[in-house]
Amino acid sequence: MTAVQVGAMAAGGAVHASSSPHADEHATHQALLHTACTHCGQAVPAGLLRAEASEQFCCHGCEAAYGIIHSCGLEQYYQLLEETGDVASKQRDESGGRSRAYGEFDDPVFRELFCQRLGESQVRTEFLLGGVHCGACLWLLERLPRVRAGVLEARLDLRRSALTVTIDERATSLSEVARVLAKLGYPPHPSRGKGVRDVRRREDRAMMVRMAVAGACAGNIMLLYFALYAGLFQGIEHAHEQLLRYAAMILNTLCLAWPANTFLRSAWAAIRTRTVHVDVPIVLGLYLGGIWGIWKTFAGAGDLYFDSISALVFFLLVGRFLQQRQNRSASDAIELLFSLAPLSARKREGDELREVSVESLRVHDIVVVRAGECFPADGVIIEGQTNADQAILTGESRAVPLGVGDDTLAGATNLSSEVAVRVVATGTQTRAGQLMKLVSDAAQQRAPVVLLADRWGHWLLYALLTLATITLRIWWQKGPAVAIDHAAALLIATCPCGLGLATPLAMTIALGRAARRGLLVKGGAALQVLGAARHKGVLILDKTGTITTGKLSVVEVLGDRQLAVLAAAAEAGCSHPAATAIARDLARDLGADASQCELSEHVQGMGVRGIVAGKRVVLGNEAMLAREGVHLQHELAGAARLRAGRAGGLSSVHVAVDGAHVATLLLGDPVRPDAPRAIAALREAGWRVRVLSGDSQDVVESVGRAVGIEASDCMGGALPAQKLEQVRYELASRQGGAVVMVGDGVNDSAALAAASVGIAVRGGAEASLAAADVSLAREGLLPIVELMDGARGTMRAIHATIAASLFYNVIAAGLSMAGAISPLLAAIIMPASSLTVLGIAWGSRAFGTKERGR
Amino acid sequence: MSVIVIMIPAAMLIAGLAVLAFARAAKHGQFDDLESPAHRMLHDDDAKR
Repeated sequence: MTAVQVGAMAAGGAVHASSSPHADEHATHQALLHTACTHCGQAVPAGLLRAEASEQFCCHGCEAAYGIIHSCGLEQYYQLLEETGDVASKQRDESGGRSRAYGEFDDPVFRELFCQRLGESQVRTEFLLGGVHCGACLWLLERLPRVRAGVLEARLDLRRSALTVTIDERATSLSEVARVLAKLGYPPHPSRGKGVRDVRRREDRAMMVRMAVAGACAGNIMLLYFALYAGLFQGIEHAHEQLLRYAAMILNTLCLAWPANTFLRSAWAAIRTRTVHVDVPIVLGLYLGGIWGIWKTFAGAGDLYFDSISALVFFLLVGRFLQQRQNRSASDAIELLFSLAPLSARKREGDELREVSVESLRVHDIVVVRAGECFPADGVIIEGQTNADQAILTGESRAVPLGVGDDTLAGATNLSSEVAVRVVATGTQTRAGQLMKLVSDAAQQRAPVVLLADRWGHWLLYALLTLATITLRIWWQKGPAVAIDHAAALLIATCPCGLGLATPLAMTIALGRAARRGLLVKGGAALQVLGAARHKGVLILDKTGTITTGKLSVVEVLGDRQLAVLAAAAEAGCSHPAATAIARDLARDLGADASQCELSEHVQGMGVRGIVAGKRVVLGNEAMLAREGVHLQHELAGAARLRAGRAGGLSSVHVAVDGAHVATLLLGDPVRPDAPRAIAALREAGWRVRVLSGDSQDVVESVGRAVGIEASDCMGGALPAQKLEQVRYELASRQGGAVVMVGDGVNDSAALAAASVGIAVRGGAEASLAAADVSLAREGLLPIVELMDGARGTMRAIHATIAASLFYNVIAAGLSMAGAISPLLAAIIMPASSLTVLGIAWGSRAFGTKERGR
Repeated sequence: MSVIVIMIPAAMLIAGLAVLAFARAAKHGQFDDLESPAHRMLHDDDAKR
């Protein structure tokens, strides 16, 4: 199969590679060494090279996408790609000319659920898009009105990959827009859960307003307090002092009544359920201090801590906001996963077909699925034959042929012809449904570090209450007012602000830096697990596509290299994966020239024969050579067998020129060049590295040998379900230690989701990206080492920030118990503590810019 | 008393207006997407041809 046929449901080769429309300039002097696809920048297979064409394409998908972009005069896109060209943008999934009809988008049910009607003929809806990476994608997508008449507006939310489209129904339809998007390389999915998102959006906005109010109050109170503190040293008229105090009181009361009631509510909820978390001591300090302050303002004497209180509210809200955003980005990633299954199904009742919603399907119902549609449920085919694209679930990019009795998966696309399917599982029972459940369960767990602060919450509460009681006892002889004064000061000054701010801040900074280095981490939980210094756990690597590149390539050329080159030309027109590999790799390494091929013929299951530059070329397995009457060179064949035996997983292709066996090519899935170094580094960091693969044990062991993993840690022959089992087993058998699964999502997305941390390497299935906690936007395994280093640095920073904030709290507690604290002192200690926390979090070298290749 | 009696409420009023303006912007979704506009403004020049 070539890239043309290979492909996820993303139709149209995706659009995210930096490439130049002027690639042809180089093409002339580089001959045909490496011609970049005009659209995606990847190497063009020799067979698809077109002489004298200024545009070259690696697949029909890219050609179609370029056609659209070119005909609409949007070539600027390619320049933008070069300018922005960030790491993530060079990704490209090998998707082909397969297209879906997207008929369900014109369905009345869809209309009702997902669209918003504006005026008479205008409809607005939101699509979640696959394959959106950078500013150039944004530019192109927002030019959609120029691509498709009838589209009135298109706005992209880059963070969520969500495109809001407004169309005029008289001129176009949603399915047409969807097809155009798919052709451009951005397969659209309906965006479900609109209700949930609206609620979230409202929450976000409310949070922002709260922060604004708290910030304004804190800032203004601080200004008023400047005057008051100046008055401490230079003297101030009592009337003026009172005015300032009243003004501060009003602002502080506003601050406590509105923005701070978030903490009040959550603390109250905690008390009602008889649990204590960090909000309880916070609320105690804030409100006790606030009320006591009001009392003293009216009394006209005594110390007031309004500045500290309102600043606390502001800082704590900022911490909460950062944390909330982190959780959002984790849940946004799942949204796509929930958009996979179709909305409606064609159910067969007697002789009739009826359109029903997916929810109403039951086991044993019979549904008819047309070509281009998604399977609505897991089932068994009872009539018809077809090919299905299950890439989104399994990452397997080849079309899977299905016949009567074969299983179908919900969310997979039916490619070639109509089939009838008996439903075996629906909704959450389907494999897709279970995967979604696994993923959303995992995402709902809050970062354990955040829980850490909560866990300490009740200790803190007891400690503070004890200290406050002791303070009251000590100072009671001096009168209740003095005693309460000191106790209130204690509660305010030791308010666990650092705990609330430290963790989210350090996490946010680390996640942001990691993202800039191409390590996309969803949520802080993953970082904490990876960075936990003590018991390191097991790191399970998938073989194909993770340790190896996952692409068949020519590993070695035995024999006459000059003549072997002719093989590439003979193979150029052939779409067999081995042929593609030979044509591509020999063209790249030895400068083969496809145009010399005069004639070539493919012999099914054996090889190819042809005439290249006047020479008769035969290549294929031993049977092919025998068929063509070529005597096998035993030296070459023996050497090939020896190599294959040593490395495992290699297959040999013999090349004969003019009736003589001249060379043998060894084909295999090569180990990534950085794999041995990365695995050694991970070992050194204390991980036990294991390999898990669906390939046979020998192959897995030989790859293990190549990268330095003992045979006892290599497990072959693992089916997807067994991979999941293995991860579960490891989780159960190692107390406390983490189980990290690294895979490309092909057959292992469930295992990725089940592991303590799942890491998806570049170029995996969409589903695996959602299932994984971390996805790598850079090639190779070294980014994993970087991730581990960074995670450890982040945890170190978090512990340091917590320690620093506790240190300040202890000082403040001591001072207030001794009665030595004053509002001014509190106003110095508290920002000092916050600034220290900020400084540590910012200054942390975790994911820093310095290259730390160890 | 002195000018401060007027100045403080006036200052608070102005701060209040600023907060109101921010709240209004937030309610209209100005801060919902903080990433895309940064790219959008860079590539906008060709919008009208």
